[in-house]
Amino acid sequence: MNLRRRTFLGALSLSLGMPALQSLMAADIDSDNAALPNFPPRAKRVIYLMQSGGPSHVDLFDDKATLRKMQGQQMPESILGGLRQTTMTAGQKSKPCLAAAWDGSRRGQSGMWISDLLPHTAGIVDDLCFVRSVYGEQINHAPAVTQLMTGHNLPGRPSIGAWLTYGLGTMAQDLPSFVVMTSKDRENTCGQLFFDYYWGSGFLPGKYQGVPFRSSGDPVLYLSNPAGISRDTRRGMLDDLAAMNSLAHAHYGDPEIETRVAQYEMAFQMQASVPELADFSAEPQGVLDLYGPDVNRKGSFAYNCLMARRLAERGTRFIQLMHAGWDQHGNLPNQLPIQCKDTDQPSAGLVKDLKRLGMLDDTLVIWGGEFGRTPFVQGDINNPTAHGRDHHPRAFTIWMAGGGIKPGSIYGSSDEFAFHVAEDPVHIRDLQATLLHLCGIDHERFTYRHQGLDFRLTGVETARVVKEIIA
Amino acid sequence: MQVSRLSRDRRPADSRGLILPRLFVRFRFRLALVLFAFVGWVGSAMADDISFNRDIRPILSDRCYSCHGFDEKHRAADLRLDIREDAEWALDPGAPDDSELIRRILSDDPDEVMPPPEAHRKAISAEEVDLLRRWIQQGASYEKHWSFIAPKKIATPARSADAVIDHFVSLGHQRVGLEFSPAALPAKWLRRVSLDLTGLPPTAAAMRAFQADVDRLGEAAYAEAVDRLLASKSFGERVAMEWLDVARYADTNGFQQDAYRMNWPWRDWVVDAFNNDMPMDQFIAEQLAGDLMTNDSSGDESESGPSQSQLIATAMNRNHMINGEGGAIIAENLAKNSFDRVETTGTAMLGLTMGCCQCHDHKFDPIKQKDYYALMSFFNQIDESGMTSRRFTIKPEGQQYAERYAVDRPFIAVASPELKHQLAEAKSLTAAKQKKLLEQRDQYLPDFVQWVKEMRADDDLQVQRIRDDYVRRIVNTADLSKPNSGETKRLLDFYLDQTKPWSEARAELKAATLAEANIQARIPLVMVMRDNKPRDTFVLLRGNYETPGEKVTPAVPDFLPPLPSTDGERPTRLDLANWLISPHHPLTSRVMVNRYWQMIFGRGLVSTPDDFGLQGAFPSHPDLLDWLAVDFQESGWNLKRLIRAMILSKTYRQQGQVTAKQLAADPDNTFLARGGRSRLDSRFLRDQTLALSGLLVDKPGGPPVAPYQPPGIWEAMSLGQNHYIQDHGDDLYRRSLYTIWRRVVAPANFFDVPSRQSCSVLPSRTSTPLHALTLLNDTTYVEAARVWAERLATIEDDGERIAEAFFAATGRDATEDECITLMSAIQKYRDRFRSDPDAAKKLIAVGESKTLTESKTAGSLAASEHAAWTNLCLLILNLDETLSK
Repeated sequence: MNLRRRTFLGALSLSLGMPALQSLMAADIDSDNAALPNFPPRAKRVIYLMQSGGPSHVDLFDDKATLRKMQGQQMPESILGGLRQTTMTAGQKSKPCLAAAWDGSRRGQSGMWISDLLPHTAGIVDDLCFVRSVYGEQINHAPAVTQLMTGHNLPGRPSIGAWLTYGLGTMAQDLPSFVVMTSKDRENTCGQLFFDYYWGSGFLPGKYQGVPFRSSGDPVLYLSNPAGISRDTRRGMLDDLAAMNSLAHAHYGDPEIETRVAQYEMAFQMQASVPELADFSAEPQGVLDLYGPDVNRKGSFAYNCLMARRLAERGTRFIQLMHAGWDQHGNLPNQLPIQCKDTDQPSAGLVKDLKRLGMLDDTLVIWGGEFGRTPFVQGDINNPTAHGRDHHPRAFTIWMAGGGIKPGSIYGSSDEFAFHVAEDPVHIRDLQATLLHLCGIDHERFTYRHQGLDFRLTGVETARVVKEIIA
Repeated sequence: MQVSRLSRDRRPADSRGLILPRLFVRFRFRLALVLFAFVGWVGSAMADDISFNRDIRPILSDRCYSCHGFDEKHRAADLRLDIREDAEWALDPGAPDDSELIRRILSDDPDEVMPPPEAHRKAISAEEVDLLRRWIQQGASYEKHWSFIAPKKIATPARSADAVIDHFVSLGHQRVGLEFSPAALPAKWLRRVSLDLTGLPPTAAAMRAFQADVDRLGEAAYAEAVDRLLASKSFGERVAMEWLDVARYADTNGFQQDAYRMNWPWRDWVVDAFNNDMPMDQFIAEQLAGDLMTNDSSGDESESGPSQSQLIATAMNRNHMINGEGGAIIAENLAKNSFDRVETTGTAMLGLTMGCCQCHDHKFDPIKQKDYYALMSFFNQIDESGMTSRRFTIKPEGQQYAERYAVDRPFIAVASPELKHQLAEAKSLTAAKQKKLLEQRDQYLPDFVQWVKEMRADDDLQVQRIRDDYVRRIVNTADLSKPNSGETKRLLDFYLDQTKPWSEARAELKAATLAEANIQARIPLVMVMRDNKPRDTFVLLRGNYETPGEKVTPAVPDFLPPLPSTDGERPTRLDLANWLISPHHPLTSRVMVNRYWQMIFGRGLVSTPDDFGLQGAFPSHPDLLDWLAVDFQESGWNLKRLIRAMILSKTYRQQGQVTAKQLAADPDNTFLARGGRSRLDSRFLRDQTLALSGLLVDKPGGPPVAPYQPPGIWEAMSLGQNHYIQDHGDDLYRRSLYTIWRRVVAPANFFDVPSRQSCSVLPSRTSTPLHALTLLNDTTYVEAARVWAERLATIEDDGERIAEAFFAATGRDATEDECITLMSAIQKYRDRFRSDPDAAKKLIAVGESKTLTESKTAGSLAASEHAAWTNLCLLILNLDETLSK
């Protein structure tokens, strides 16, 4: 891999000015960014396992004795306190407590309570740091996901991956630096859409936006040559094209033409590197097994998790997996186990695999949704086949691993109803500040000038790096 | 930062009154000398002469104003530097080294230095300190921000608008030591101007004819060509693309459902407005307030309301996204809809970044949060629902998937009387069937009650009978005494749908409803502006609709000219529109002129077209911008006249070659000493390719079309709910303007395009391998290469054929080296495809258009020959010079 890359670069640099190449491959080298990273990074890359829809923290991670004791009883007004609910439960007259529907146990050195629905996650608790006090304000999916991934609830800001690629440049010579893969739950329940601004570049130049890898057809749009054009034929044509463009460069003197030549050359390289990336045939069975039975099914979360590892190995800096289906308003008791089954083993498998390869130390893995779910029932408490929980951004749980995160730890807690944050609140923007910090970036200094303002990922409110969870 | 940092005591208070007047006298005297010495020098910029607006304000605004500006909430040390009187104690006019400002900037004490390290602002550079020193030396005079003062025309010796452009550009050249580049060759110029004005390339024949015209007619040939292009209907389509980006036009609502809307008549209105020379002040006014206008042309009292066309114009303010998500809150949506209108108006007309003021006073510009909401109240009185008010689903015969439509009131139906009649008939049929069905409803009630009670007694039965969780959840709670209300009705509907004979009658009703919807989809319901009783508008604290503050009424920011008098009546959107286009308004005409300059030259005279405020860029040619803005107004806001002047200028005609000297002196071509070379917008790349190949179907207007797109893209973005139903035949080859634009994912073969989710005025030009993959592999481009190759085959000789293709694509004759390279290329491709006939057959089968061999009699072009030329044409389509203008 490395050898090939070097050969490619060597060959190119003969015909092209290096600046042209750099403008394609690395960040825009301007004086503001030259200083990055601000300090030595703990994480070279990030894999965000975004669980879209809002996994129930109450059922999976945040079991509460009080909730169990008060099962079916109205949640106290002192807790609910006239807070904003979505229109789906705002009109619901009673809000009875609904405790975790499954048993669980305390696991690992940290003694973290994990639902029995997540046996594989439970098995790696000593590698994970659980944050049980994450909170935000947005109560609907789109604004909440937008805030989580871009720092603002309205579309139009750069996503985390775009910021990182802009700031730190790319380490991958023939693959995109920021890749997105989506998957949906098996049942295709009340699913949420994935909007392209969840991985958009906002006001940053378009080249920083996430490249979606698709689950059907070409993994990257327009990757395959048209019918009848072999790789050889294309190579020949691109050589002729480069020759013509070089003649044009001599005529016009415009450095953009050099960039154009590099752009086409990289496209050709990608046509080889992406299929190689998606070819799992060389993975030992033992590794495939880590990710569970779905690993070879394109478009499954398991498949995407293994792709994430392979991308991470090849230098992709930010890998954003988005898995839909956690939005269990009705029938949570039936759907949650299925959803857990689809995601538990692949998530844990990815962490194990990274650890096995020695990559966990400098790869930050984050698992979590845009919010949690209400500790009170949505629907009829007596009808478990048809009830569930509404959106709940006031306190929820995520886990992080690797990349400088303190393994085997727990941070923060919610109150006895798993409703509000009790200790050590971590706002979404604190999480973002921490992520940047682990990548060697001071979130206050990392800005981009747009419409006269210096924007930053974490926005205008004060954000805090959660140093307590850093090893 | 502590208040004590900048101490007011440093300077004796009583000295102010004594020293300052003297300094001012000295300063004025010196300035007079400077002016005297250079009298006869036309233009604003002298290297020695410090301009507050050009040189000083950008530094203060960027490094100082966020703590020492007009935003009192964040003001530190009680010091503001944006007003001369308040800044005086930090400035010692005539004596920079005695000025606190300079002292603090140069201080090496981290507790004293400005800006302070914790502000994370860029340090003030040595050059900037020098400017500040000279400014203070010259008296530290302030100017009102340039764009808030009405523009004025400076007299010039030039006799035509295009000569005025050249005059000011040449003054700019002198500043950087450059001069005009030679003119582009006529064909190259014609190609560039055709792409700029119509988004389509001229034919090779047209370029040759133009060369001959220039030889024959000289200068007149250029003017003639421009007039021809401006008169072509493609002009409106090209300029409309820019405005559609600004006005965030799309064919769906966005958010979760992303259902179709039907506002395309507005798109056609825009094209027509440009083609019919609608004055741009009217263009603005009709879009903002066409619904409030009277249509006096009819002279008939009863028809004095707005015309249908004026109503359609107002759809501009309904182009924003609409959220119909399950949990969405109406009050929140109403606020967000109006936010979007304020911010779009702010960016598109005023060039101001209003968005900041949703939550707080602007940090740099004198816009208050209250101004934002006062502007919002102009819009906060239309009769919208905050969700969608009219939804229907269609599934035309033979179509695999259903498609959802959702529009919000107020809307108007735009259709022929015949279609309206058809719809009315379909509606009455549906109504009749519905009535018949409802009459039967009560007969089923006893059985229904029994059915529910059985399930209440047996959980398993619930699961067995009802698969839908959302329905099942009602079983135990439904109030059986009120079967036709609320959730119980939903359960009853569920029951009835599986009970005969109800279900059969119901199926008939469904079929009738579908038939009605299928007709409805052909009658656009255009969402427009129509005022209702005004809603109360409040300042929303931190932009949150749940925390209303002070109540506001329609008003404009007080640093701009006042609204025309409304005699005490509540000002309307029409008053707002008239204000924007009033002769003394300093922003609107400048902002428009600048955006069209950007469209033609690739870069605005103000390089931040979205920000004419204090943090925005200072104009590269301030006098030129002002001259054009005033002239634009004086000409009756005549866009074609403005563009004609730009295109006919010497500035525009320069060749695109870049010298090392130019590159070093002016890398971004800010000073326009060479022709602008840039890659075409991806949407016009597609148009150009279709035109070159001969595939383009140049049919204007109508519903959006769905050309080639790889499968699965919409599905992946909608969890399988939305399906791309590709068109066939002519609709594959319409201009990109008409390609259907889904809000959550732009058309796949467009790149570097705005999302159309919010107002966008700054084009993006990046270069990634993904773009190359699109242009090399997308069916659109490969098919075009294939069809083009076949058309070129009428030219027998290889060399002539290559020359023709190269010339058509680039507007230039290939050099000998280029001919040799392409001749050897085609020979290689021939060999390759001769040895692989299967590959050849596959390549020439790409795309749905018939080959001439199939459609006509010819049949002479062998597959291998055709494939080889297809590959060569694909190469030519991907030349940097083809991709660039």
